[in-house]
Amino acid sequence: MKEFMLIFSGPDYSHHLSPDENQAQFGKWYAWVEELKKKGLYKEGRPLSPNGGKTIKGKEPVVTDGPFAESKEIVGGYFIIEVATMDEAVAIAKHCPDFELDGKVEIREVMTM
Amino acid sequence: MNQPNDTHTLVDHLFRHEAGKMIAILTRLFGLHHLELAEDVVQEAFLKATQTWTYQEIPSNPAAWLMQVAKNKAIDILRHGQYATQYSREFSLRAKEQVEETVEEFFHENEIADSQLQMIFACCHPSLNSDDQLAFTLKTASGFGAAEIAKALLTNEAVIQKRLYRAKQFLRDQSIRLEIPVGGALNARLENVYTVLYLIFNEGYNSIKADELIRKDLCAEAMRLCKLLSEHSCGARPMTFALLSLMCFQASRFESRMDENQSIVLLQQQDRAKWNQPLIALAYQFLSRSSEGDELSIYHLEAAIAAEHCLSPSFQSTNWQRLLGLYDLLLERKKTPVVMLNRSVVLAQTGNPDAAIEAILQIPGLEKLISSQYIYSAVLGDLYLQAGNLDKAKEMLGKAYTLTTSQAEKKLIAGKLSASNFEN
Repeated sequence: MKEFMLIFSGPDYSHHLSPDENQAQFGKWYAWVEELKKKGLYKEGRPLSPNGGKTIKGKEPVVTDGPFAESKEIVGGYFIIEVATMDEAVAIAKHCPDFELDGKVEIREVMTM
Repeated sequence: MNQPNDTHTLVDHLFRHEAGKMIAILTRLFGLHHLELAEDVVQEAFLKATQTWTYQEIPSNPAAWLMQVAKNKAIDILRHGQYATQYSREFSLRAKEQVEETVEEFFHENEIADSQLQMIFACCHPSLNSDDQLAFTLKTASGFGAAEIAKALLTNEAVIQKRLYRAKQFLRDQSIRLEIPVGGALNARLENVYTVLYLIFNEGYNSIKADELIRKDLCAEAMRLCKLLSEHSCGARPMTFALLSLMCFQASRFESRMDENQSIVLLQQQDRAKWNQPLIALAYQFLSRSSEGDELSIYHLEAAIAAEHCLSPSFQSTNWQRLLGLYDLLLERKKTPVVMLNRSVVLAQTGNPDAAIEAILQIPGLEKLISSQYIYSAVLGDLYLQAGNLDKAKEMLGKAYTLTTSQAEKKLIAGKLSASNFEN
């Protein structure tokens, strides 16, 4: 078994959804996670706060707000899932409920030492 | 999402109902001119819920959780926000130095209904036109999205956005404050609220064309707001109970009006065993509360008419004479083409289709109504059929058939058309 990190990002869609649509979208996420847990594929996951992020870079490090200044995309959180191959990880990630809202999933294999 | 006894799921429309509450409380704190700020806070609470609940567990009391997030954010804004001196006058007066305690007070259980009613009263401000009142109430007091409102009212989203924008701008420009009016102003404003709730309910109850789910939502929402009003000292009065009673009587028949093939089932053919008896019982309770005092409003009369139908064990045993009497009283207070049309249908049932046809032909502006709304030619056609005037019946039913765009209505009229051919 290998571990893969699914990193979820996308535009801040929340302002375009009504309360009912918000609830429906949450329902889809919840059902998805429940299913992954039931199959024993879900290891962990954490949400990331949508506001207040900082970036530091440069030889004399400069702190800037963002990364939102450069890209309109927000990283919403990540999952660690446990499957045998990248193909399986991709197949799972395809069920992310946010694609219809222009969401994006990055899939990275976690290196083992 | 809808399985009962599953603690992991949320109740239907939880977000929507909580949105209505949170918007009302927050707007009471921030002032109506900061309505958008209140909406932003609510959105943030939903986003936070979606994120954290997905990764962890749904809290045991999701509604309280959402409320807490909104409360914290409100404290944060009121303490550090850039508009420090421009919040609601009520907040400024009560705030003293302790922002946190004052916000706690606003979020207290006892204050929530007050806030919601103040919001409804603002949505039904007499200076807004009724289309704007309706859309704004659904958005702000009921937590519907613009697209959902458009779908429910059979219009497009841009039209609704325009109405919402207009209403918001008006409230801001006129510095309207959230409050429960008192004295004569309360009576007048309640009339507006009744009209808006009545319209919301009827949009849901009568518009065959809109999607079934959204129609039920509209009826449920009108009933929820009316109930809220009836439970508050400012609204616990006979007319409120009459309106609530009317809605419950009508809603009890909601399910039996369409069959599984999406065909309309007329009152005559409805299976009365399918009518929702608990709802009818509730409607009677409200009707009896509405008779305290000597007020007789249009809602009393319409509730009594609906009660008459629900009380009768069969279509044949309907007391048409009594109904006609109620319609006569209603007509004195509400001389509209729709009431005149409905009264004619009852008149025909008392055994007098010719008089009924004559009464319809007396409706002012009938020509115009016939050419724009299918229901007038449909009813006339039916009455001509009853009176044995088949040529006229065919003419009118044909007109109704081309006018309606609803498949269910077309089917019903086609059935009557073939009956008129058959008898020929």
